[in-house]
Amino acid sequence: MHGDFDFSVLADSLPFLWTGLQFTLKLTIVAMLGGIALGTLLALARLSPFAMLAKAASWYVNIMRSIPLVMVILWFFLVIPLLTGQPMGAENSALVTFTLFEAAFYCEIMRAGIQSVARGQVAAGYALGFTYSQNMRLVILPQAFRNMVPVLLTQTIVLFQDTSLVYAIGAKDLLKAAEVAGKNYNRPVEMVIFAAVIYFVVCYSLSFVVKRLQQRYAIKR
Amino acid sequence: MNQMTNSPMIELRNVSKWYGQFQVLTDCSTQVSKGEVIVVCGPSGSGKSTLIKCVNGLEAFQQGEVIVKGISVGDPKTALPKLRAHVGMVFQHFELFPHMTITDNLCIGQIKVLGRSKDEAQQKAAKLLDRVGLKAQAHKHPGQLSGGQQQRVAIARALCMDPICMLFDEPTSALDPEMINEVLDVMVELAKEGMTMMCVSHEMGFARKVAHRVIFMDQGRIVEDATKEDFFGTPRSERAQLFLSKILSH
Ligand SMILES: Nc1ncnc2c1ncn2[C@@H]1O[C@H](COP(=O)(O)OP(=O)(O)O)[C@@H](O)[C@H]1O
Ligand SMILES: [Mg+2]
Repeated sequence: MHGDFDFSVLADSLPFLWTGLQFTLKLTIVAMLGGIALGTLLALARLSPFAMLAKAASWYVNIMRSIPLVMVILWFFLVIPLLTGQPMGAENSALVTFTLFEAAFYCEIMRAGIQSVARGQVAAGYALGFTYSQNMRLVILPQAFRNMVPVLLTQTIVLFQDTSLVYAIGAKDLLKAAEVAGKNYNRPVEMVIFAAVIYFVVCYSLSFVVKRLQQRYAIKR
Repeated sequence: MNQMTNSPMIELRNVSKWYGQFQVLTDCSTQVSKGEVIVVCGPSGSGKSTLIKCVNGLEAFQQGEVIVKGISVGDPKTALPKLRAHVGMVFQHFELFPHMTITDNLCIGQIKVLGRSKDEAQQKAAKLLDRVGLKAQAHKHPGQLSGGQQQRVAIARALCMDPICMLFDEPTSALDPEMINEVLDVMVELAKEGMTMMCVSHEMGFARKVAHRVIFMDQGRIVEDATKEDFFGTPRSERAQLFLSKILSH
């Protein structure tokens, strides 16, 4: 029965798999954009002269980075409804969890990026009359971001792979869709292989982009 | 230029500064009148950059007072961004913003700090770029320009803000020799127009040409503060004599 592969069922299940992939991509993009935004704020907090704020941000980052993602996903899925009094749905829960979790990692990248901006640039911004916030927005963050694009993308590749962990709460991502389709068509192995191929193609293309960016950057220096 | 107005443009009164245990500046006092050009020299590590950065509050100091056009820089109530907007500063390594075009480098401060309109800012930028001879480079990025060109843009960027005085921190010491003069020419012209200038520089030719006074620093102290004639004629301190003989010999 399972002796040889039969990929002919793939064509029929493509639309269904596509809905799964859509959620995987949505989760990746939302967590990336939200994570970078929140992570940048956390980085600013960590670098701020206000000790309390710096400490709080540092705690947040270190705690998030020391708990396995699967546990955070499960924990949020179970606890948020208890706090808000209403169920949230696996998909929304995943979006919130990933954004909050990834923010800790993007924070450390942005912190390194901010520190990579030459001190003379910071001085030049202040000398022109910029306030702290203007100097951050106009001079420091744009350069920090540029310097960190390859690293931010690398983190996003990891994030993309990690989205498959939402199986723990039953959110319908690409992996889940492949599993369901595999059951429906009685071809579980083919479906999971196909899902793996998609994960691979996306990650490999992104890695390629990162490599190109790094090369371009290396020449510039 | 002997008829100076009464209150000085820049005044330093017994400024002292420490980095932890290490005292960078000890009891530094001097005045710069309107229209005056001061050249600050001294060996590397003597505190010249630190001193000049105290003038616009880029460096904090623990003792003494710095007063720019009547405003106390060290006073916590002073709005430093507002003060700095009118004190131009030029750095050793140019510090143009690499992610912006030359025109944007010249406009951003005018728009975000002075509140000028984009048109107004661009007109001013074009005028000043023309003045430093770089009109053709307006659309380029700083990385595409030579060091001398970048430094002239940096001067134009500061001038766009209509500064009441200009601070220069070794503006030519990172340049290849053949580019030094194009920058000094711009500075000489500025001095002749009556700009108040405080220049950290070892370009003694420049000092002879346009400086009114020369300050010599050593180990965080102002060792000599003399008119140009006195400084080059008969420097009083041995250290200044030694320093002069060294830099004039090559
Ligand atoms: N951030 C800092 N922390 C500790 N020491 C510093 C710092 N910046 C400068 N210094 C020290 O202060 C002294 C004066 O530096 P600086 O003003 O840059 O000298 P100069 O411009 O005359 O070469 C030097 O000995 C330098 O090592
Ligand atoms: Mg210096």
